[in-house]
Amino acid sequence: MKPPAFAPDWAALRADFPILDQTVHGRPLVYLDNGATTQKPRAVIAALARFYERDNANVHRAIHELSFRATTAYEDARARAARFINAASPEEIVFTRGTTESINLVAYVFTPRLQPGDTILLTEMEHHSNLVPWQLLAQRTGAHLRFVPVTGDEGLLDLRRLDDLLSGKVKLFAFTHVSNTLGTINPVAELCARARAHGVISLVDAAQSAGHLPLDVQLLGCDFLAFSGHKMAGPTGIGVLYGRRALLDSLEPFQGGGEMIASVQFEESTWNKVPHKFEAGTPDIAGAVGLHAAMDYLEGVGRAAIGRHDEELARAACDRLRGIPGLRLLGPTEARGAVVSFALAGIHAHDVVTFADQEGVALRGGHHCTQPLLRKLGVPATTRASFYLYNTPAEVDRLAEVISQAAKFFGARD
Amino acid sequence: MDLTELYQSVILENNRRPRNFRKLPTANRVAAGNNPVCGDELTVYVQLEDGRIADISFEGAGCAISQASASVMTQRLKGRSVAEAEALFARFKDIVTQGVPDEEDLDLSAFSGVHQFPARIKCATLGWHAALNAVHGEAATATTE
Repeated sequence: MKPPAFAPDWAALRADFPILDQTVHGRPLVYLDNGATTQKPRAVIAALARFYERDNANVHRAIHELSFRATTAYEDARARAARFINAASPEEIVFTRGTTESINLVAYVFTPRLQPGDTILLTEMEHHSNLVPWQLLAQRTGAHLRFVPVTGDEGLLDLRRLDDLLSGKVKLFAFTHVSNTLGTINPVAELCARARAHGVISLVDAAQSAGHLPLDVQLLGCDFLAFSGHKMAGPTGIGVLYGRRALLDSLEPFQGGGEMIASVQFEESTWNKVPHKFEAGTPDIAGAVGLHAAMDYLEGVGRAAIGRHDEELARAACDRLRGIPGLRLLGPTEARGAVVSFALAGIHAHDVVTFADQEGVALRGGHHCTQPLLRKLGVPATTRASFYLYNTPAEVDRLAEVISQAAKFFGARD
Repeated sequence: MDLTELYQSVILENNRRPRNFRKLPTANRVAAGNNPVCGDELTVYVQLEDGRIADISFEGAGCAISQASASVMTQRLKGRSVAEAEALFARFKDIVTQGVPDEEDLDLSAFSGVHQFPARIKCATLGWHAALNAVHGEAATATTE
């Protein structure tokens, strides 16, 4: 990899996140639970406050000035999101509550398109939010699920049989870009191209990648892509579903209510055009405004730079943790996202996390909403450290030190 | 707070070397317990004779609190009547929810630090719920939800 032409001043960026400047249980906070949610820079917090202090009103409803401002801010955020992932037009951006709702939306509106015997292809490394909505869709329609296998601890997708798996009555292939448990970065463009060659619609779960890596939906060639604001320095409660325009046009609505209609009569209604057809009710307007600020912020830093920063921290963490006796690292050794997951022999992840918390280090322990994957790997739970742009090499050292202490404190079972 | 208040030596020791950690071939009552939040899973085996717990054991995987608590529980319940077991569980619940140690029962009192970690109370009581379900012949899996 060639060195970056421009390296951001990471220490200065860290100072943009006021929450990080505190002690927890008497120790400096080391926040390493970014896979669950990221912290917010002042620019995002200020954008939310400014919206509520000056511009708040409902959107697309009224003629008055504040409503005009709120509508403009909301639609500007949509246009920003379109540029952020290089969608062909803002109409391809549907605002949702987050990745989970985005995927549920697609799973719901696909109900009339599936028949008994059809297949939905997933992978073994999906988050429950990219598994359970498809289980529900399969139950509604009589379709069944098929899975691209994961190869052991290194956590890569085994693509040798992908063309077989995409053959037959496969209607949809949904997979994650970056695994929230293993840190694996999947070859999205290749997977989408192979799906398309079989006439299969593709959906990319970009929850763990949208704030970490450059995303270009036209280069990736995906039909749908879903992500959450709160995992990319934005507010909770707002997310995006990208869908190819022609596909969105051809689908029936998700929820019914205000905003999504063109004309309503007592017995039936006609639908508004996309994307409004999929946005019933008052949306999270302030959330969209905050997400806009987050996207501006991330673009200012540069997502390619953030991706390199993530990878350096993850590699350093793997190198440091590997030396701890009884520690089993999960996930790929090369080209990984900002996630490092591990198990300590005989010591449960929740004990490790409780120990680390007392040292001010915020980690995640458990199944990370990927129970079937952990069952396959034969670990009941893992401890996960996940990084973001404000984390530092010194925090990686602190992580390794605390994990090492935890291993000694609990000791392995005889 | 000091971590050793939560993880007292009795807990660390019972976690490293859980007592009565096995299947019980003579068991006539079995109940499972799981804590979906933590992923703690255990099975308690009871040999019930004339309303007394003649023998008791457990198996499973989980955090130190759940494992140690189940281990201590098997030691404390062996030989007890059902009524005594219920009374002990009530006392144990007071210890883990209110943090008041019982001077006469140092092993149970080792769990008094749990009350400062509300999320972990479920871990501490999981084995006990499963044991009493087994004794009462309730086949359903005990959950902490």
